[in-house]
Amino acid sequence: MAELINLQILNRLLGWAGVDLPPSHLAGAVLAALVHGVILLGIVAVAAMFFIWAERKVAGRIQDRLGPTRVGGRFGWLQALADGIKLLSKEDVRPREADALLFRCAPYVSFAASFTAYLALPFSDGWVAQHINSAVFFILAVLGLEVFGVILAGYASGSKWSLFGAMRESAQVVSYEVPLGLCVVVPVFICGTMNLVTIGNMQTGWLTNWLVFHDPFTFAVFWVYFTCAIASVNRAPFDLAEAESELVAGFHTEYSGMRWCYFFMAEYGSMLLVSGLATILFFGGWHGPVPVFDMLGWSSMGGVLQYVAELAGAANFLIKAVVGVTVMIWVRWTLPRLRIDQVMTTCLKYCTPLAAVCFLGALGWQTGMFGLAAGPLWSPNQLMAVKQRGEYRESWVLKAEAAAAAEGSAAQAGRPAASGDRDEPDVSGETEPARSSATGAVGSPLSRKGGVG
Amino acid sequence: MMTLAGMDWHAIYFWLFALLTCGFALAVLFSANVVRMAFYLVLCLGASAGLFFLTGAEFVAAMQLMIYVGGTLVLLVFGVMLTAHSRFVSLRTPSGEWILALIAGSALLALLLSAALKVPDWVKANPDRAAISAADVEATTPIGMGFAGVRVDKLSQTDPQLLGGMSGYLLPFLIVSIHLLVVLIGAAYMARAKRRAAAVDEGAV
Amino acid sequence: MAPITVAHYLAVGAVMFVAGVLCMVTKRNALGVLMGVELVLNGANINFVAFGSKLLRAESLGLDGQFIALFVIVLAAGEAAVALAIALNFYNNHTTIDVDRADDLKG
Repeated sequence: MAELINLQILNRLLGWAGVDLPPSHLAGAVLAALVHGVILLGIVAVAAMFFIWAERKVAGRIQDRLGPTRVGGRFGWLQALADGIKLLSKEDVRPREADALLFRCAPYVSFAASFTAYLALPFSDGWVAQHINSAVFFILAVLGLEVFGVILAGYASGSKWSLFGAMRESAQVVSYEVPLGLCVVVPVFICGTMNLVTIGNMQTGWLTNWLVFHDPFTFAVFWVYFTCAIASVNRAPFDLAEAESELVAGFHTEYSGMRWCYFFMAEYGSMLLVSGLATILFFGGWHGPVPVFDMLGWSSMGGVLQYVAELAGAANFLIKAVVGVTVMIWVRWTLPRLRIDQVMTTCLKYCTPLAAVCFLGALGWQTGMFGLAAGPLWSPNQLMAVKQRGEYRESWVLKAEAAAAAEGSAAQAGRPAASGDRDEPDVSGETEPARSSATGAVGSPLSRKGGVG
Repeated sequence: MMTLAGMDWHAIYFWLFALLTCGFALAVLFSANVVRMAFYLVLCLGASAGLFFLTGAEFVAAMQLMIYVGGTLVLLVFGVMLTAHSRFVSLRTPSGEWILALIAGSALLALLLSAALKVPDWVKANPDRAAISAADVEATTPIGMGFAGVRVDKLSQTDPQLLGGMSGYLLPFLIVSIHLLVVLIGAAYMARAKRRAAAVDEGAV
Repeated sequence: MAPITVAHYLAVGAVMFVAGVLCMVTKRNALGVLMGVELVLNGANINFVAFGSKLLRAESLGLDGQFIALFVIVLAAGEAAVALAIALNFYNNHTTIDVDRADDLKG
């Protein structure tokens, strides 16, 4: 639905500009892709600026200071912009010992990895740049690539401090991927899918439907996930790679100006990313504590009202993710930094066994091993009528089914619907044909042009 | 008119990723600096994950990025940094070896390419391509079931003889997991610091 | 533009394979040899995945191609760990990483 409305808005804009394009024209697709890309980049960049300001403000309050107060009037809300201008105007220094190519590439590798992961992160129901079926693993995998930027920076700087920072970082990130992966698997097997849109939609309704309240083990595993996520994005108390009391500034000792800024954009980008992932996996994604739009019925109404509901869902998602980042900032300015051996102990002796126990426990809960009814702790479905879990499927599967059903009803013969092995294709078929005729022709090439379609 | 339907997006992305993959593979080969080799290898394997996405193997692509690029190569770079003394960073190969290797390599490449292009079934595009939707190649759940011992993608198999061997990949999966455990212990044993034993001996004397 | 077929993917796989083999042959750094092995394995993986793709061939290998590719990825991780341990051991014992110097058993 979002795609269709975006397309209509785009056509309206083009109409104003005096350009009359057929819906499937290449220029329209390229323009739409550019608009989406710029929106995504804007979210990451604005988020980074906001978090830099928030970090200074929160740090100030925690240390009984005021933080920035002057720039931009009250609250110093333009401080991040001032910082950015300062960084832009700084000289770009490169040490003589540095490996020129790798030194220049490293910040972009970090930032690109952090930004690429947003490809698979849905912001609301179906609002995702690329529908990837194993989106959870894709995000974790791409996030793991960020470490290469740090390693390259550390090596290419030609400085001992940088190299130490990079080696600490690589050891830490490789170790923490194990408990992080184990934690993420728990919501995945409860939902039975790795598609984040589906996982988010399975938690629709009141906050009791959130997976964090699904059973005691998911509640426990969320905290393990959050600890490992802080470690994997290199935030304090796990920021050994840039420990300023030991390593000057770690891997970015030799960086200045805009290149240094890219490292920071990458760091804040991945903070928002892991918080967003936690939001979808454990806190219902775009489904709020109170399902206002579900009660009003807007979220299934279609048209502009559904678009508004989805927009509100996106805002809901972003608020939850920002809360997660704020907690990370809070943790950073509260806890002292760990030693490198303590970091490894936390990972191997505490986080991994805890995650494994929670994994087994959630598995047992799911199979009814504890003598309790399998499923959520409460029976939240009594609070409001929600759809059955099996009805939530990836939106593009629904679309394909609808297209197949429409095709089947048009042809009345030939091969059966392509999705014969999936359950109840007729349900979607009776509600979807009007949509599918439009989206099937226009929306799907737009949304999946980079994929296999 | 240039329309979406007129553009072969698969071909465009294929050429993009294929050029990146081949280019960085050759860069690995021709680079003398071991750290740059590692960097090019990362880019090469990342681009080949893009090729996996294009063939519809999304799960394999994600695994490639996670295990190969995110795990194995970090380990490799770790090894590079542990041994990166300035005299080992760039070890030159004698040009005689290069010439011999390039002759043999181009012969091998010619052989492989001619073999790939000679089979008519392989150079023929899939005629039903347009009829295949993304949902048809979605394979994450069937892969998981296959590892658990159930081939849900081969349920239509009717030949009882073939059906007998349709128990999935449960046994190989278990063997691989045991193998990884053995590797873990073996690698830790082999890479342990030997100096400690020597220090203890000296202390005893 | 000609449609993409299995042969295109095989060609990419062949280039990676040959680059990997030449890496193993010409590199003197033990870790360079290891990188050659990774390239060879990945070139083979591209072939498996291409043969298993339903998009490229009507009569494809099916999911078996993806299964084998996954096994190759996992075993490559194990292989890299052991090979790296060997390389580090070699470095500890000989204080060099040049494989041409590993000639203790030479008569």
